Amino acid sequence: MDKQKPNESRRSFIKNSTALAALSLSPVALVKAAENDDKIASLFEKLSLQLEVNGEVHKLSVEPRVTLLDLLREQLGLTGTKKGCDHGQCGACTVHVDGKRINSCLSLVVMNTGKKITTIEGLANGEQLHPMQEAFLKHDGFQCGYCTPGQIMSAICCVKEGHADSHAEIREYMSGNICRCGAYPNIVDAITEVKKGGQPL
Amino acid sequence: MINFDYIKAGSAKAAIETRIKNTASQFIAGGTNLVDLMKKGVTVPEVLIDINGLPLKQISKDAAGITIGALALNSDVAENEIVKTKYPLLAQALNAGASAQLRNMATIAGNIMQRTRCTYFYDTTMPCNKREPGTGCGAAAGYNRMHAIFGTSEKCIAVHPSDMCVALAALNATVQVSGSKKERKIEFNDFHRLPGDAPEMDNSLQPGELITSIHIPVNTFNKNHYLKIRDRASYAFALVSVALSMEVNAGVIKSARLAMGGVAHKPWRLTDVENYLAGKNISEKIFKEAADLAMKDAKTYQHNGFKIKLGKAAVIEALTKATA
Repeated sequence: MDKQKPNESRRSFIKNSTALAALSLSPVALVKAAENDDKIASLFEKLSLQLEVNGEVHKLSVEPRVTLLDLLREQLGLTGTKKGCDHGQCGACTVHVDGKRINSCLSLVVMNTGKKITTIEGLANGEQLHPMQEAFLKHDGFQCGYCTPGQIMSAICCVKEGHADSHAEIREYMSGNICRCGAYPNIVDAITEVKKGGQPL
Repeated sequence: MINFDYIKAGSAKAAIETRIKNTASQFIAGGTNLVDLMKKGVTVPEVLIDINGLPLKQISKDAAGITIGALALNSDVAENEIVKTKYPLLAQALNAGASAQLRNMATIAGNIMQRTRCTYFYDTTMPCNKREPGTGCGAAAGYNRMHAIFGTSEKCIAVHPSDMCVALAALNATVQVSGSKKERKIEFNDFHRLPGDAPEMDNSLQPGELITSIHIPVNTFNKNHYLKIRDRASYAFALVSVALSMEVNAGVIKSARLAMGGVAHKPWRLTDVENYLAGKNISEKIFKEAADLAMKDAKTYQHNGFKIKLGKAAVIEALTKATA
């Protein structure tokens, strides 16, 4: 689908509608209306950029205000990344940017140009689950599952960063991921197993 | 979120010029606070100037201390070997703040520039002199459990939310800034303001000025502790926090630095307590007297009276843990 089209049609609609209205106005008002056209139209201005998500390069056209989370879910159809609080307080939206875990709800797409994004959909190798996904299944590290993609993305980095040496350390460095079902003990067990297993993550 | 124009700054000079040209513009670095404020409609910039491309990420040591670039990430600074070994107070304070994800996004300058988390400031349906000067302070007679007990004014009783800044205040850091005409250094303790009659101004930056780095001077402190008391074990703002650095030799406190967080509109440096502690032998009695002195001028509101007792206990615990 051409993502540029809705934008252009909206912009030309605004211009055309004001131009029609301007027919009944005096010349001074007409100039003013034209100035406003540009102002209003610029509010819908989209920027063209490239983003690599799970190894696939996407050519995108986005408004500056679009967050990485909304782009992933609404434009790329990658709904594994969840919108929990949308304010950086719950961790459900955790993804990797250039290998680092971040909250995608607080990151603007335009600030991620040229970076490599990994989401929960990018972890498995075909039918072969990622070791952290396996461990979450084995230890029953979830109940409703809504926080799970964020927990898993965060957990991988927790181990990679070297912050999974004890249960206390795991709890501290996983505190950015809230689980309202309270699956924490099993999540800690899953991370501990992956850490001890020493597999490449 | 209301849309805006987005500009990627190619140089600090260009960023500053653009910022001055458009008063409704904002610099954006990590964005963890600013994007949130924009979602809430608290901050509505017409232009965002993305400064992430500027070469301001370096962490470098010299004879006088350590210089940390404005755009160094909170996580990178907390994990830096020089910081961990020579400035452990800073590493502890950084790791006490936010979450691992946010520390991977947030920059040092962004941490310094973050706004208060006062609920009345964040709620655009409420009065707030900081967000909208002249509308009144919702917190003064409202729900003020998280609010300040030092340096408040009738206009504002909000607290500065940073942990890192409390450590930087204790460590006598300086903030290096660039403006359109000149560069200057600001002592950390002069950087953030008390609310007074102008709570809309968080700090002493002039319009258009951009933080480029911070500098922390070398020190001889062998006892350091950052203690943070909050409503849950991790990932919450401080009710009170204590940043403490001391040089202790054979049970005698040679010198001490102490600052508190969660109690004022800026990191609250306690020079009276520092002077009191200097030269004293370590003892429970001395710690208790230091704690009483720390809370001497506290002024509480309806819901935050507990901060006096908690603040005293926190000072004693920080002193005890640092010297254990």
